[in-house]
Amino acid sequence: MTAVASRGVRGWLGNHAVLIFGLLVLLYMFTPIFVVVLMSFNDPVGRLGYDFAGFTLYNWKNICEPYQLCESVGNSIKIALLATGLATVLGSLMAYAMVRHYFRGRGTANLMIFLPMASPEIVLGSSLLALFVNANLAGQLGFWTVFVSHVMFCLSFIVITVKARLSGLDPRLEQAAADLYANEWQTFGRVTLPLMMPGIVSAALLSFSLSFDDFIITNLNSGQMITFPMFVWGSAQKGIPMQINVVGTIMFLLALGMVLGGLLLRRIRERPTA
Amino acid sequence: MASRSGSEAAPSRLGGGADLEIQGVTKRFGDFVAVNDLSLNVPEGAFYALLGASGCGKTTTLRMVAGLERPSAGRIVLGGDDITGLKPYQRPVNTVFQSYALFPHLSIFENVAFGLRRTKSKEVKTKVGEMLDLVQLQDYAQRRPAQLSGGQQQRVALARALINRPRVLLLDEPLGALDLKLRRAMQLELKRIQTEVGITFIHVTHDQEEAMTMADTIAVMNAGVIEQQGTPSDLYGHPRTTFVANFLGQSNLLPGTIRDRTGDEVTAEVHGTKVLASHVTSDVREGDVWVGVRPEKVTLHASGEGHRDGQNRLPEGEVIDVSYVGVSTQYVVRLPFGQKLMVFEQNTGERPPFTVGDRVDLAWLADHTFLLDARQDAHAGADLDDDA
Ligand SMILES: Nc1ncnc2c1ncn2[C@@H]1O[C@H](COP(=O)(O)OP(=O)(O)OP(=O)(O)O)[C@@H](O)[C@H]1O
Ligand SMILES: [Mg+2]
Repeated sequence: MTAVASRGVRGWLGNHAVLIFGLLVLLYMFTPIFVVVLMSFNDPVGRLGYDFAGFTLYNWKNICEPYQLCESVGNSIKIALLATGLATVLGSLMAYAMVRHYFRGRGTANLMIFLPMASPEIVLGSSLLALFVNANLAGQLGFWTVFVSHVMFCLSFIVITVKARLSGLDPRLEQAAADLYANEWQTFGRVTLPLMMPGIVSAALLSFSLSFDDFIITNLNSGQMITFPMFVWGSAQKGIPMQINVVGTIMFLLALGMVLGGLLLRRIRERPTA
Repeated sequence: MASRSGSEAAPSRLGGGADLEIQGVTKRFGDFVAVNDLSLNVPEGAFYALLGASGCGKTTTLRMVAGLERPSAGRIVLGGDDITGLKPYQRPVNTVFQSYALFPHLSIFENVAFGLRRTKSKEVKTKVGEMLDLVQLQDYAQRRPAQLSGGQQQRVALARALINRPRVLLLDEPLGALDLKLRRAMQLELKRIQTEVGITFIHVTHDQEEAMTMADTIAVMNAGVIEQQGTPSDLYGHPRTTFVANFLGQSNLLPGTIRDRTGDEVTAEVHGTKVLASHVTSDVREGDVWVGVRPEKVTLHASGEGHRDGQNRLPEGEVIDVSYVGVSTQYVVRLPFGQKLMVFEQNTGERPPFTVGDRVDLAWLADHTFLLDARQDAHAGADLDDDA
């Protein structure tokens, strides 16, 4: 009796080992996020504790209560959006040029684009600071210097992501478009760009989170301005306000929504209707 | 900038006839010569087949006509206008790509409508519908290319090019992925469309039968040059090179020497036997030649029997192999001087088939004899036609 039962259990375990292991990995990966979500509802003793003391909606209703929190989040979002926008346009065009056109120095350009990715951020950040100071911009450090720096480091990631997509793209598709009377601009708009799009979108998402997240380069070049990572870093010294968890939860939900939305969109588009 | 190209006007801009002339075109990729000083003349409305082994430059030739590849030398003229330097979208030429090249992000409907979109025409929907009917894909309009089989994709590629009614349609093995039944149906369909709308077709194929049945003119291409062009019967009956003789069907080539020539009648000697060739078109006049005859033109007779006037006759062969293939029987006969000949005989049942070891004479008509320059390799092109 027991032998049969234990073999049954072992058999079940054997059949589901991959599933169980996968769930454990997921649990491991998501634990920090669960904690963030949980802590966003925390009613701590003395408002600055790390223990879960009680459930409350206070943090959600008063997100902007901690001094400069919402301002820093606003700055971060503004910079991330603008830097991503510019870097995505520039980076996608650069990737297109580097894959579809032959020019002198293409190999060198390919190599150079890797450099910002490969060098340590602290080095980039301090050399940027030196650059700004040398250009007599020491007094102007703030939004625009951070914006310029972010565009710079996001560009490499975008070029590389979009390039990967483009090199997998059969040039005969563009030739077929040209053969079907589409000139260079129409070919780009009707064939190349739509086919590049998945690459561009993932590059933009990556760039947004890189920029939103960035601390080292930003901290060195932001002057008086405060971004969200800088705010968190600053308040970590005194004890983190629970509202940070609310911001974290919202960011997580936004990311989740975008991924699910993208998935849904693809499902709808690829569904055969005939 | 977009308006500067004038792509809207292009397809109707070139006036006059639409004979396509390829004049001395060469294409080099680095040191490699893919197409070598090629000249072709395709009359308006012709169904022109380009036949040749893999890698001989067929696709490259089509790409130059389409404007996707720039010739290293030479000119391409359509209806009297030099189009060598025009962009692909400025040429009234469409291509059915060997690899289909369907747009993966567009539905089948949008793929087929792609070339029409420039005209903003209200009839797009009806035209595409008709085209999809023609290729029997009306139920698939909303699918994506990735959701179709290879043969279906090929038909979409065909529809996408045909719908524009170009002056010249370039077809790069457009029926290669279809099964035999659909292939025959599409061949008839293509031929019908071609005669109906009078578009010039340049049709690249590996399938000799397809080329023979569909084309008015066949050009056999080899290593970047045209070996010979002409009507299917001309090419088959009077090949001018050993490559053509072997690539298009099969041939027996016997070593001979020219003894006499009067007009287009030539007498050659093959190992002591006189052989007459009439209506000789090749310009071999004297010296050594290959004397050619197709296997199905040869009849077998029991040794010394069945003499008929005006026939070429090689005596004293020995049957060394017999294979029955339904419609015909294929013999291999060894001649006294050691050479083996192929003979295909219809199974008419007039006399019992020969068996291995039988002594036979081989006979054929002077009209069915062709002569080729003996300096060529007798086996050129012999193993290349298995794709058919
Ligand atoms: N872009 C290129 N660069 C270098 N060589 C090339 C290029 N395109 C074609 N070739 C070479 O040119 C030759 C002719 O190629 P092509 O594609 O015209 O052959 P094909 O006759 O169409 O053959 P198939 O019947 O296999 O399609 C080949 O040897 C090929 O390797
Ligand atoms: Mg080819």
